[in-house]
Amino acid sequence: MRNIFLVIKREYLVRVKKKSFLIMTLLGPLLFVGFYAAVIWVAIGSVDTKTIQVLDESGLFRNEFKDSEALKFSFIEGNLDSAKVNFRKADANALVYIPENVIKSPKSVRIYAAKNVSMDLKSEIEKVIEKQIEDIKLSEAGITHKILEDSRVNVSSETISLSEEGEKTSSSGAATVIGGICAFLIYMSVFIYGTQVMRGITEEKTSRIVEVIISSVKPFQLMLGKIIGVALVGLTQFVLWILLTTALTSATSAILSNRIPKDAVEMQQQMEKVQKGMPNQNMPGNNVENPMAEVLGAVNSLNIPLILGCFLFYYLGGYLLYSALFGAVGAAVDNDADTQQFMLPITLPIIFSFVFAQFVLRDPDGSLAFWTSIIPFTSPIIMMVRIPFGVPAWEIALSMVLLVLGFMATTWLAARIYRVGILMYGKKVTYKELAKWIFYK
Amino acid sequence: MNIIEVRNVTKEYANHVALDNVSISIPRGKIFGLLGPNGAGKTSLIRIINQITGPDKGEILFDGELLGNKHISRIGYLPEERGLYKKMKVGDQLLYLAQLKGLSQKEAMDKLKSWFVKFDIKTWWDKSVSDLSKGMQQKVQFVSTVLHEPDLIILDEPFSGFDPINANLIRDEILELKQKGCTIIFSTHRMETVEELCDHIALIHKSKKILDGPKREIKEQFKTNTYFVEYKGSLSGLEGLYEISADKEVENDYRRATIHLGENKSPNALLTSLLPNVEIRSFGENIPSMSDIFMRSVNEIPEA
Repeated sequence: MRNIFLVIKREYLVRVKKKSFLIMTLLGPLLFVGFYAAVIWVAIGSVDTKTIQVLDESGLFRNEFKDSEALKFSFIEGNLDSAKVNFRKADANALVYIPENVIKSPKSVRIYAAKNVSMDLKSEIEKVIEKQIEDIKLSEAGITHKILEDSRVNVSSETISLSEEGEKTSSSGAATVIGGICAFLIYMSVFIYGTQVMRGITEEKTSRIVEVIISSVKPFQLMLGKIIGVALVGLTQFVLWILLTTALTSATSAILSNRIPKDAVEMQQQMEKVQKGMPNQNMPGNNVENPMAEVLGAVNSLNIPLILGCFLFYYLGGYLLYSALFGAVGAAVDNDADTQQFMLPITLPIIFSFVFAQFVLRDPDGSLAFWTSIIPFTSPIIMMVRIPFGVPAWEIALSMVLLVLGFMATTWLAARIYRVGILMYGKKVTYKELAKWIFYK
Repeated sequence: MNIIEVRNVTKEYANHVALDNVSISIPRGKIFGLLGPNGAGKTSLIRIINQITGPDKGEILFDGELLGNKHISRIGYLPEERGLYKKMKVGDQLLYLAQLKGLSQKEAMDKLKSWFVKFDIKTWWDKSVSDLSKGMQQKVQFVSTVLHEPDLIILDEPFSGFDPINANLIRDEILELKQKGCTIIFSTHRMETVEELCDHIALIHKSKKILDGPKREIKEQFKTNTYFVEYKGSLSGLEGLYEISADKEVENDYRRATIHLGENKSPNALLTSLLPNVEIRSFGENIPSMSDIFMRSVNEIPEA
């Protein structure tokens, strides 16, 4: 036991003291937060006010173009040619020309601009014009504004029941996000830390230190010590990432919130509405579209301690299961270049489970979801996808027991290959040979 | 008393037998040479003594007890393929290896300090192993082998990679360790080292032990009762009395010949018969070198 502890300590300290660990630990959250900050910054930054001149010969749209934060409309008179000439002098971004017969030939609307017009702007303007033309055509057909309003109220009252249902769907939206994140983290960590175990073992083998070490430590102890040491490195990195990201996010949002006071207030109001399950009259049917509000509103309905506990269990279980196999590969080959042929059968189930995860997210209670979350090779990722949606306790228990048995089996298998492999130099190993090693006395 | 008793050890691998019913006794406090051509099974035996692998049949006794975990700290092992963690600092690495052998951190630190002074390598403590030259790495590895003051030190080709100065340094260390009562097992092909250092030898060839015992006795056993003489003149007068072979000119007028003494003839009688015939420059018994013994023993076994 003392020796295992010594091995764990070395494996842990060597990795944690590395510059690359420090850099990854600092850079990870910085990149993460930096990326989002940049996205938000650009999104907000691009909202500079654009001035749009409208030459409305039909006179139907005077009250329809409403100024917003991003767009300012000014209506001009005269004919198109003079408007074009004036446009060049004026400090406007675009000129919208609506001809007199716009209702009959809606395609004749033109947008002139010094530079290209963004898709957003184009569709915004088109939407306004389309809606107005639609209204006019409806009234011409005898549908009055009153009827229109009534019909909209009806649509709205439908939305109330949808919204009540929406409480559920918004919760499943949050479950999707959290399940996806957990699955991704497990997927990444199995790969990153599994290959670290493999590299470490190949390094010991190629540097030939392994012979000295196993004259003092049992091969199994050395392997286990390495696996546990690297697992602790992974946990340390996760914890540091979570702490740093939290700190950085709150700092960044404090800075950014100075730039978006209005948006933040709006968002808050919206969130309150969603939480109360009230229909949003202003944007009928739209209130489920804000993912932020959705997640925050629904997080309370999720069982956070269960998710965290399971995440920890499945992270460790999945890592142990696969790192043992990665370790066996590391012991079987002489250098990193030879690992490819043995890596494939190990990486395939990991990649498959990540692909399956996309389907399971859509149908968390289907039979694909059930079986893949029970089988140890896919369960660490798939079960984490399912858990936020709620999974019967017996399924979790079964999956956990099988995962424990699974990693015990892979560790046993790996140890058999490991003890032979680490002393085998200069030989291209085949699968047949690996199988023989397993059954050596 | 023997520190190691190898009893009827057999070790098989998938397609060949590495050791075939080998029994060897290694006496305490001696330098023991384990000889044999490449692939004879030396490394397999060493790995079994180090408990890296186990024998398929037979047993090993350490100090009269069945070899087990508690003996690990009493054995120091320098493998032929040297290896250290490349990126680890020299000091950390030696501390780690010593602790694996059962020393506490403090004990290891104290012992390391005296070795660093002794080898004059104090400045290496914070260096990465990869920054050291090959010879320097060998020194570090040697320190790691003997740091925990083992009773039994197993050295596989200990001098390979050392320049003559450092090789001497290591040789003196080995002799000093022997003085302190350590037993040393040498595995080597270099017969001059065996000649110089070993008290006992065992020769393994094709998985079998073909020879073992004190070096002196083995040499005695391999003596062919032949003498050499360097002379001026002609040996033709002795031809009927002795078996003369390899008679040839060496330099100037001197010739050198090998003379085999028959049963019950003494070297003095040979000298008496030589004196009237030739002028003698030198005369002596042909004592087989370890190299001769090695070659003869190995060649006696036909290639399979």
